[in-house]
Amino acid sequence: MNKAKTGRAKVALSKPSEGASGLTGLWRLRRPVIDPAKCTKCHLCWLYCPEGAIARGADGAVWMIYEYCKGCGICSEVCPSKSISLVKEG
Amino acid sequence: MITLKDLPVEEYYLPGNAACSGCASALSTRIALKILGPKTIVVIPACCASVIQGYYPKSPSKVPIMNTAFAATAATASGIVAGLEVKGRKGITVMGWAGDGGTADIGIQALSGAAERNEDFIYICYDNEAYMNTGTQSSSATPRGAKTTTAVMGKGERKKDVPEIMIAHDLPYVATACAAYPLDFAEKVSKAMKLKGLKYIHLLSPCPPGWRFPTEKMVEVGKAAVMTGAWILYEWEGGKYTLTGPSKGLIDKAKRRPLKEYLAMQGRFSKIPEAEVEALQRDVDSKWEAMKKKLGA
Amino acid sequence: MIIATGNHAVSYGVRAARAEVIAAYPITPQTQIIEKLAELIQSGEMRAKYIRVESEHSAMSACIGAEACGARTFTATSSHGLAYMSEMVFWAGMGRFPIVMAVVNRTLAPPWSIWNEHTDMLAQRDSGWIMMMCGSAQEAHDTTVMAYRIAEDERVLQPVMFGLDAFSLSHTAENLELIDQEVADGFLPPLNPESLPVYMDPDNPVTFGNLLGPDKMMEFRHLIKEAFGRAKGVIEEAAKDLSNATGRKQHGLIEDYRSSDAEVVILAMGASSGDCKDAVDILRDEGIKAGMVRVKTIRPFPGEEIASSVRGAKAVAIVDRDYSYGFGGIIGREAASYLSKKPLNYIAGIGGRDITVEDFRKIAEDALASAERGELGIEKWWGMRGFEG
Repeated sequence: MNKAKTGRAKVALSKPSEGASGLTGLWRLRRPVIDPAKCTKCHLCWLYCPEGAIARGADGAVWMIYEYCKGCGICSEVCPSKSISLVKEG
Repeated sequence: MITLKDLPVEEYYLPGNAACSGCASALSTRIALKILGPKTIVVIPACCASVIQGYYPKSPSKVPIMNTAFAATAATASGIVAGLEVKGRKGITVMGWAGDGGTADIGIQALSGAAERNEDFIYICYDNEAYMNTGTQSSSATPRGAKTTTAVMGKGERKKDVPEIMIAHDLPYVATACAAYPLDFAEKVSKAMKLKGLKYIHLLSPCPPGWRFPTEKMVEVGKAAVMTGAWILYEWEGGKYTLTGPSKGLIDKAKRRPLKEYLAMQGRFSKIPEAEVEALQRDVDSKWEAMKKKLGA
Repeated sequence: MIIATGNHAVSYGVRAARAEVIAAYPITPQTQIIEKLAELIQSGEMRAKYIRVESEHSAMSACIGAEACGARTFTATSSHGLAYMSEMVFWAGMGRFPIVMAVVNRTLAPPWSIWNEHTDMLAQRDSGWIMMMCGSAQEAHDTTVMAYRIAEDERVLQPVMFGLDAFSLSHTAENLELIDQEVADGFLPPLNPESLPVYMDPDNPVTFGNLLGPDKMMEFRHLIKEAFGRAKGVIEEAAKDLSNATGRKQHGLIEDYRSSDAEVVILAMGASSGDCKDAVDILRDEGIKAGMVRVKTIRPFPGEEIASSVRGAKAVAIVDRDYSYGFGGIIGREAASYLSKKPLNYIAGIGGRDITVEDFRKIAEDALASAERGELGIEKWWGMRGFEG
């Protein structure tokens, strides 16, 4: 579908891809760091992450996808157990 | 009620997109698509959401997106709905996702036309209260007093009330939402998805660069908009208004936080004269008085 | 055989082509087209979805949306409607949506005018649409069906608009032979969604229209250029096939009338070409070897074909019912760039003024006389009257 018989696209069509705009983690000025000991696995950080850059494991654990996390800090603000701290990059 | 557990883990709007850090529109797109699922076609006009997709040949979206011209969201969506219908392609939800400029200003004609025809799609206006994609020019959805690049002393006119305009079209469903309350928003998207006809959701989307507040404060600013009563969360269905979320508890003025707390969080209201703050507070109060009447409270 | 206006001839063509989604907005003198279509759909004579949009901009937007879901679409407009639609006309052209649109050619205001002129359509000539111009109601009917074949051909995949002159064609009733449905179905296969450049399918999700940097835009635009290169052959092929299928001579790129041995050739376009042919016959009776070439297709521009047809002529008179201010007659200027000898450009019929048989006869004589004096490459506004009286 969407291909000419030559197998070449006829108009510019973009395909779903992670990192469509590159490794946006490079934008980050502050790195969110989760303290697993304090995390209650409530997943509010996951809910509120604008980027979808927080992953959830089967056991409920969460971790940051640093390749794409832009460091907005919302996760740290919404965390009820204050288990996410923001650490200056570089 | 939709809870966090009801949201699928799968992302339909992938990380590494071109949204600004702390973007409420990107967050809300993520949430809306989790509810709508993969059998969705999204129509996006010129707006932040068109830029967020980034450059060819990649896109963050796992559902098809039809980009269209600024004024054309609702008309393009109407065509998609008709195309699906005549081709017998069932079970696909069509969603228009447009900013406040593309909704309240240049796109209102097409939106009104589609609303009058009661076309079967969901239209979501993510309202960041100015032309943010082009660098914060005033739109008719910019609130009075807010500074923009075309209103350096603050906009003089009040915010256009688009949800009320849509209610006047007697649609199957109209709701307001706020990006700071994703589950309330998710609930509304879910409701809209189950209804036939044009469903309109007006989503307040706090914008860190445009409203000038730190990125991590996006949720707090959005919550302040609701808790001060500046933004009312409600649904309108079958001629009946219903308050939702925290707005339910804010009919009594004493329960609402003073508006100035919300204004003080944002650079766009910096140095706003005290008299103007009072005028804006009176606007909020009278809006609530009107809402009380609508609620029959 | 029925008697129908040019407008209704188009509506019946749309029915024969089995268009599935029609989005349109009324405008004089196009309105009859969509009224008839609405009637055909509402009476059950035609199976299609009619979207009663609130503007021409929305009409084209809706056609784009429907086409992207695999539906064959149609719209019609005129002058101001086309100008208002223009943003989406480009969207359809650059996005390669094989939509078909009828344009009833009318003068753009101000001042208000509802009469015919070709500038409205020609102002859209860089939008990536194949553009054709009809000379009769019959041709408008046949061209409607032909337009889909050309637009949807996998070698082309570009939208097609065709013009018909306001009133002199749109509202004039003529004998009309309808294309049999069976003939139309044989000529025009159903639209194959798999061939569409843009197809919205959640099972194969793509994003259409997000940002494209300077690194690749030229290459995609070049694909459109190549499609237009192939379109000439496809148009001629479609005209030939439809001629065979209907038994009526169909014109693809140009219509050549008695020009092979002509010393003066008039290059005409649109409804007035019928009068031009009459003038050619009269001149021939008078002993002047006159001929006519009619521009049927404007994009891709049949420059080589025109040049070849007028090669032996002493004088070429190009009649433009349009104008590009600060430049000249649009067809005149475009055709001139292909001709070895400079033509004469006659600007006539602006704002719907009649171009009569007598006008064409005099234009031919004037062109011949000018050529004999060596006065070529001149533009003349024909039949100017002054402001008094």
